[in-house]
This record gives sequence, C-alpha cells and structure tokens, in this order.
Amino acid sequence: MLSRTADNLFWIGRYVERAEMMARLLAVGGRIALLPGVHGYRNEWESLLQASGTAAGFPRKYGEPVQRNIESYLFFDRDNPSSVVSCLEAARENARIVRTALTTQVWDAINGAFQELRQLERTPRSELELARLTDWTMRQSALFRGAIDATQLRNDGYDFLNLGFHLERADNTARLMDVKYFVLLPKADYVGTGLDLYQWQTLLRAISAHRAFHWAYGGEITAAKVAHFLILNRSCPRSLIASVAGAAHHLDHVARAYGATTRAQDLVRAMLGELAELRVEDVFEEGMHEFLTRFIGAVGILSARIHDAYLSGEAR
Amino acid sequence: MQDYFNEMFDGGAVRAPYAGLETWVREMPAELRQMKQAEAEALFRRIGITFAVYGEGGDPDRLIPFDMFPRVFTAGEWRRLERGIKQRARALNAFLVDVYGRGEIVRAGRIPAALVYQNEAYETAVAGFVPPRGVYSHIVGIDLVRTGRDEFFVLEDNCRTPSGVSYMLENREIMMRMFPEIFRENRIEPVEGYPELLRRTLASVAPEKCQGEPTVVILTPGHYNSAYYEHSFLADMMGVELVEGPDLFCEGGFVWMRTTRGPQKVDVIYRRIDDAFLDPLCFRPDSMLGVPGLMDCYRSGGVTIASAPGAGVADDKAVYTYVPEMIRFYLGEEPILQNVPTWQCAKPDELAHVLDNLADLVVKEVHGSGGYGMLVGPRATKDQIAAFAEKLREAPEHYIAQPTLSLSTCPTFVEEGIAPRHVDLRPYCLVGERIELVPGGLTRVALTEGSLVVNSSQGGGVKDTWVLAE
Repeated sequence: MLSRTADNLFWIGRYVERAEMMARLLAVGGRIALLPGVHGYRNEWESLLQASGTAAGFPRKYGEPVQRNIESYLFFDRDNPSSVVSCLEAARENARIVRTALTTQVWDAINGAFQELRQLERTPRSELELARLTDWTMRQSALFRGAIDATQLRNDGYDFLNLGFHLERADNTARLMDVKYFVLLPKADYVGTGLDLYQWQTLLRAISAHRAFHWAYGGEITAAKVAHFLILNRSCPRSLIASVAGAAHHLDHVARAYGATTRAQDLVRAMLGELAELRVEDVFEEGMHEFLTRFIGAVGILSARIHDAYLSGEAR
Repeated sequence: MQDYFNEMFDGGAVRAPYAGLETWVREMPAELRQMKQAEAEALFRRIGITFAVYGEGGDPDRLIPFDMFPRVFTAGEWRRLERGIKQRARALNAFLVDVYGRGEIVRAGRIPAALVYQNEAYETAVAGFVPPRGVYSHIVGIDLVRTGRDEFFVLEDNCRTPSGVSYMLENREIMMRMFPEIFRENRIEPVEGYPELLRRTLASVAPEKCQGEPTVVILTPGHYNSAYYEHSFLADMMGVELVEGPDLFCEGGFVWMRTTRGPQKVDVIYRRIDDAFLDPLCFRPDSMLGVPGLMDCYRSGGVTIASAPGAGVADDKAVYTYVPEMIRFYLGEEPILQNVPTWQCAKPDELAHVLDNLADLVVKEVHGSGGYGMLVGPRATKDQIAAFAEKLREAPEHYIAQPTLSLSTCPTFVEEGIAPRHVDLRPYCLVGERIELVPGGLTRVALTEGSLVVNSSQGGGVKDTWVLAE
C-alpha cells in the first residue's frame, strides 16, 4: 500500500487512542477532585495537565489551573493539539483521506463521532456533565475499535492501524503511571498512606482495570502489585508488556507479508525481551520514574523506526 | 413570460418518458416525501459526499442538494444524444492530435492560427508528441441543454477533468435504496458499470513500454480539494491507488509510487490536477502538487497522463465555436448536436453587437468555469451591466457571449409539492481503445424559481438521470 496511506492509518490509531486517554485523564481528575484537599503538594488538576503532556500551552491561555478551564482545555480546545476534539478531528480527517482503505462501518464510526462532536460543541457547557463527556468519548473509541475488529480486512493496513493503537497505548499507560508516581505524589513520606492508596485506585479506575486488578491479585492494593499489573502482566490489556506485545505481533505480521524485517522489528523484539525478563523489583531498583522515562523514549524510537521503514516512502 | 419546454408535461398531458412517475409522485404523501428527503440527506452525509466551494468559507462539509424527482430520457432520445456525443469526442481528439502535430486544420484556414497557438491552454511542451492511441482527452464531459422536444444544444465541452461523475453514481445508488419500487416498475438502464469502463479505458492507453497488467492511479491535489470525495470514490470503485504528488517520483524514465514495500511502477496517471501543477520542472516551479520530472517520463513514453497535458486547448470557450467545423473537417460528417450561437468578443463587430445587447445575453469568461465571472443579462441590474461592459471593453478577448437559452424544465420537489425547475445535463464520454458512454449523466437543477444557473457553486442541485431501456 501507499506509504502515505499507511501513515494515515497509523495516525488514526494514535489519535483515537489519545482521545480516549484524554477522556480517561479527565475522569481521573473528576474523581480526585472529590477527595478532601491535602495540602503540601501540587494541585491535582495541574498534575493532570502534566500527565496530558500539554501543560505548556495552558497557562498562556487560561492562567490558573481551575477545573472548568482544564476541562475546556483537555476536551474542547482546538489550540491544544491533544484535546479530545483535536484528536477526534485529526483522526476523522486522516480517515477521510484514506476513506477507501476503511470499511463503511469503520468510517461510519469515526464520522458519526465527528458529527456528534459538533453537536456537543453547540450544547451549552452548563448542560454538559464531565462524566457525560468522558463516557461519550470512551464509547466512541470502543465503537470505532469494534468496527475495525468486526469488519476491517486483515491486511497490512490493519497492522498499521493497530500499530498506532498499541504504540499510543504503551506511551499513555507509561505517562499515567509516571504522573501518579512522580508528579502526584512527589514526597516519599506519603507512600503507603491512605492518599497513596486512593490515587492508585483512581489510576486503576481510569484505565477501567479496577475490578480486573482485584480479580488478578486480590487483597490489598500495593504499589508493587499495581506496578506489576500495569507493566508486566500480559493479561492487562493496557499494560506496557501487552501493548509492546501487540506492536510486535503486528510488526511480525508485516514482516512476514513483505518477506523482510527492518530495524523496527529488531527494536520491538528487544523491548519485548526486556519486559519479559523484568521483575517488578528491578523497576523499583532502577527507580519507577527513570524506568518509565527510558520506556517512553524507547517507544518514541520505535515509532521513528516504523516511520522510516514503512511510512516515510523512503523504503527501497 | 417566456415559454420553456417542460420535460414532463405537454399541456395537461404527461409525456411518455415520465408516464411511470406520474402515479408515484401523485400518490406520495407529503410526510413520506419529507422523510425520504431527510433520509437521502443523512445518507449523503454518512457516505461523506460533500462539496466545498473555493473561497466561500463556511461549512467545508456542505452537501450539494439532491432532488429526488428523476430526470428521464427515452431510449430513442438517448440514441441520438449518444451518437452526437461520441461524434464530438472523436472530433475533439482528432483536433488535439492535429494541432500538436501538423496543424492541418489551421493550414486549411478553418480555424485561426492565433486562437490555437496563442491560446493560454496550448502547451508547447507537448508539441510533436502523440500520446498512446492518439487520445488526448480520455474523459470528455459535454454539457448539454434542451430547449424543445428534439432540440439539444452543446453548452460547452470539458476535455480536461470533468467532475461530477460520482454524483451520477451515488444519486442512482440512493434512489435505488429509497425507492426500489419505481425501479421495478420502470426499466432503467444501469450506470454502475462506469468505474470499470473508466479503468479499462485508462488501462487501454498504457504506454507501449508497459508490460503486463498496467498500474493505473488517480492523482489528486489532496484532501482539501473540493472534489476530493470524487477522487477517492473513483479510486475505490476502480480498485486503484489514489495518490498525491509527493507519493510519486521519477527515476530511470519511469514514474514510481512510494509504497510500504518500496517503489512500484506506475503506467497510467488519471490526473485531477491542472497542467500548470503537473511538473514543477516543466510548468509552475512553485507547484507542490506535482511530480518533478513527470513531463520527461511522459514525453519519453514511460507513463501515460490522462487527460494529456495540453488537452485544454480543445475546451476553450472561444475554440468551442469551431467544434462543428472540426466535425466536418476531420470526420466528414455533419454535427448531430448543435452549438449555441456564440459571439466572440475578440472580433470587433461581434463585440459591438454584444455591447448593444448585453441585457439579453449571457457573457462568459473564455477560461472560466463553475459559473464564476459570468453575466446573465436578463437577470442583472443596470449597474452590473454597465460595470461588465467596462470589463468587456478592457479585455474583449477574454469573453464570449451567447443568447439566454430557454432551458427545459423538469419537475422538482419544492415546499408546496412539485414545480418546474431548469435543468442541464453532463454525460461522461470515455475515449480509449474504444469510445464508450454509459446511459446516464449528471443532471444539474437550478433550485431557485426562475433561475437558469445550475452550477453547484451557485446553489444548484442534482438529480438522478434515467435512460429508459427499449
């Protein structure tokens, strides 16, 4: 297929996943805001901005991080390239460009979301509960993913679409954990306190894995258990290892179809190999933040290699 | 009150082609009609057929209004149109081969040399080159209007990249989905073969150097173009890649597209961008839409470009006047379809006549399209006419004038039920190894009461166009 088409498909996956991540972040914020205030560390809403990776643009436009403004910034604001509206519009525009590489159902899902989004934008903000916005976003991305799963031809286009999803998800889960660990609770004193526990729970809820966690681990929520669940447990669909394994699967599929491997396959195998050998103690030994920073960097390099090998049009 | 030919009603009687629609429309309750109209609009929006108008801003996802009342031709009416259209397409292509070759028609004094060789659309870059099978214009869109039972006039020829064919196909799809019963009761020739015919036509003009099954692509200016939907729709229906300039590159005398598996050779490019943007090395150096080196590959027979660069010289509105001459000169036949009488403002005596009669004439730019920059005399104010007269005097060679035609009307759904609205017709003739025409075309309708301007950029709508089987 055309490299540009593959590129568009890859970014559709990334944008839809990112929109979902933004909605999940907002949901986390909404829950944390219900917690009685604890003084002595940074505002939770500000930490949300940090987690979204778009903190820089906010103060210029809004000043103080107030809940309402953060909601606007992360959901509706077109000046924020990662807001839900920006992501869904970008996904839909990419989809429109490669309209013919998608099935009618997949196009309907993304185009329908886009049309509904326009209606949401026309609705007075006072009538829009935060929960309604976040639920709506997650429903749309579920619909989109479902349509892909049920109807999309399993060719290389399907692989590039899914590579986008998996890479973005790996990146997002790592960022969410990092914000919990590094930004939200910077003082070691708080580790193991009620606040720490509450934040872990909220994080699990944000990725819809609260109940799954209990099924898998039972008993008390501890940092070690959650870290294991989100980094090393293949049965958690949003864990780092599951995301990297997903990317490896689709890259292998492409390599088999094309009869050639590239540096992208080399890297994803190395990443998967490391995660498979890793123990949770190793993560804490290295330092959670250091580990996650290294991981996010590796995902970035993988993305660049996929670009060079397939999406840039420079393949020979 | 001028008298217009009504395609459905002859006085109180219903004309034969529309007989099958009379009870259908009479028995349709108003609520059902509104429901169906809303359904049609939702379908169009869902499929994503929208139309953006350049420079107007506003909603980039605007729909062209779709009118559910079909426009109908009998088999007999169509046979004559078909013969006339194919005749014209042959003559236009013969003309193009000639004027980029020996120029016999000019030597014979049948058309002024200046009109051809000093024409802005004449590409010296391809002079002396004969494209595969001698075809310059592979898709000829001929705009027709009807003024009476047997009177059809050609309004203009489109030899470059006539658009709108996706509407012909989608209008039919939507009508069949919404009103299957009228398709059972009427015997309507299908149009759905068009994309396959187009693919075959393009494959038939692959360069001689091409071995095996030719790779055909559609070259689009990109997704911001107002006709992007059509480009993408056609690529999908034909099963070919839709490429943008940067997806292609030239090497070793061939054109290649960048794929995830590496370069793949391209044999035929159905381009939907203008000549000027095709190749920055040959035409506009600032073009980001084209492919550097494309024209060299083309001239050395490495790739076919459809329509061929330079084809525009045949659909110039001033050259249009000479198409009947071309038919006589190249084919030795009399034109089956008539031209609209046209005054060339470049000629001083004709300009004088035009200036004296501006209030009754339609004046168009020679190179214009889309209904922009034209004057419709009978519907213009005194000031507008005076202002236009100024422009005419300044650059008369840029304009032609035609009488205001009594365009036929076809019943159209309006608030109160049905009412006559003016229509035109654009069929799409395919020229390759053979000349083909699917039975149908795009009917455009001026939705405003009394209006004669059917362009979608000026508030026109579209209709499904039926040709009845024998």
